[in-house]
Amino acid sequence: MMQTKSNVTLEETRVQENPKPEPDKLKKNIENEYCEVKVENLNFFYGSVQALFNVTIKVQEKGVAALIGPSGCGKSTFLRVLNRMNDLIPKTRLEGKVSIHGENIYTPDTDVVNLRKKVSMVFQHPNPFPKSIFDNIAYGPRIDGLKDKTVLSEIVETSLKGAALWDEVKDRLNEPALALSGGQQQRLCIARALAVKPRILLMDEPTSAIDPIATQKIEDLIRDLCTNYTIIIVTHNMQQAARISDHTGFFLQGEMVEWGKTSSLFTNPEDQRTEDYITGRFG
Amino acid sequence: MVSITEKAMKAIFVFCGLAIILFLVGILYILLSNSMPGLIELGLGPFFAADRWNPGAYGEPTYSLLNMIYGTLMVTLGALIFAVPVGVAAAAYLAEIASPWEREFFKPIVEVLAGVPSVVLGFFGLVVLAPLIARAFNLNSGLNAFNGAILVGIMALPTIITLAEDAITAVPKEYRHASLALGGTRWQTIWKITTPAAFSGITAAAMLGMGRAIGETMTVLMVTGNMVARPESFLDSVRTLSAGIAIDIGDVVFNSTHFHALFVAGLLLFLITFAVNLLADILIQRKPEVSK
Repeated sequence: MMQTKSNVTLEETRVQENPKPEPDKLKKNIENEYCEVKVENLNFFYGSVQALFNVTIKVQEKGVAALIGPSGCGKSTFLRVLNRMNDLIPKTRLEGKVSIHGENIYTPDTDVVNLRKKVSMVFQHPNPFPKSIFDNIAYGPRIDGLKDKTVLSEIVETSLKGAALWDEVKDRLNEPALALSGGQQQRLCIARALAVKPRILLMDEPTSAIDPIATQKIEDLIRDLCTNYTIIIVTHNMQQAARISDHTGFFLQGEMVEWGKTSSLFTNPEDQRTEDYITGRFG
Repeated sequence: MVSITEKAMKAIFVFCGLAIILFLVGILYILLSNSMPGLIELGLGPFFAADRWNPGAYGEPTYSLLNMIYGTLMVTLGALIFAVPVGVAAAAYLAEIASPWEREFFKPIVEVLAGVPSVVLGFFGLVVLAPLIARAFNLNSGLNAFNGAILVGIMALPTIITLAEDAITAVPKEYRHASLALGGTRWQTIWKITTPAAFSGITAAAMLGMGRAIGETMTVLMVTGNMVARPESFLDSVRTLSAGIAIDIGDVVFNSTHFHALFVAGLLLFLITFAVNLLADILIQRKPEVSK
């Protein structure tokens, strides 16, 4: 707890130290209260179909936030709202306000590319590029303009260590990433996301396509990473949410039914529907 | 009753399928049977000798295809230098950037371009391109390898665009999403991820475009000037193998050495195109690896 508190203070200092934006922008984009992620009255539409209803959520500190709920409840849609990956789907529409680190990310002048560097994403199916292990990790820094081979090597090493994959691959960095096992590929994808030095990591059911032992490794990794990153994870698996998360949100039919500390949500849910779901009465 | 109709229908379809093989074998047979007498009489050497193609010469006729091979290579490679970058960029545009209606608008245009008769394109080369080239490079005539290369490149474009677009579209969208989620711009994603992942398909597209270019006859006949001298630059007049055959075949003496020599040129052309197409096919079969 002390740890988290000191982190928050650190974050606040960092915000104050930021180069001062013009006063107008400051008024418009920065909220008084500091939040990693703050979503207010979010409604989301695929064409005429509404997928999210009036979702409000505040993630105030680093740690792991898990989003649970039955298939099609909108939890993945919600996750993709946070780094604007839904922009890729034509005819989607959004109402409400989404702020990351106090800054509204749905303004006309939002730099989406920059946003995605800050809010990186790991997908359900491991999706390494058809390149070498090294080139996969180096991709993010390289498109950012980094060419220095030694610096790149350092980033690759740190990122792979960060994703607990370094010892397994350090002797074969030039081999194709697709030759790795599924679990290794997923950790590679996490390492690749870490290499762009994000502050928030979004994970969309990252263990649903891999075996239990690899899942265990990734869960351990998530616990390690959450001291430095805010991790928001969508999971199908309630036990997983209970094991690894600090906060949990329960989605049902596009609504955020309940949001709270994982310990209390699982032992003492406030909403009847949450209780029904976590005790396995449906879903 | 039904089963007899079924069987008859099946036989007809199988026959039509086999007919393709029959045609190919037949063409190869005709080429071989007509070029063999020439090859037996002269051997392979004179066809690749350093002199020029002059089968009608008084005294010592010569049969070297070498200058025409150079001509074909110059026109083909010149066409590819121009058509591959343009075609791949157009394909990337259609596959990655164009909105649905833009795609609906451009794709039929590409198909129309594929359907323009080569003679008509030859007119364009004669009337529009040739004077422009002559003026730009201060030449007496704009009928040269450069002119041919541009027109043949235009003819190869539809093949390259269509096949390269297929290859780019076939790249799993997971790669794109991964790149974009790492803060890649659309341009970086196309340039560094999608196009390299579609590399084998794009190469195949270029090869098939090349196959189209090598055999092209009418347009090059009309715009390259058809001199059999050894070309020294793209601004020299050249004669390609295909144009060489078309020019001579009309008034050659049947079953003469000259006649057989033309079939040797045809056989060579056939073998080159066959090899290029085969290679392209192998590349297309090699699907990009996808993670499970």
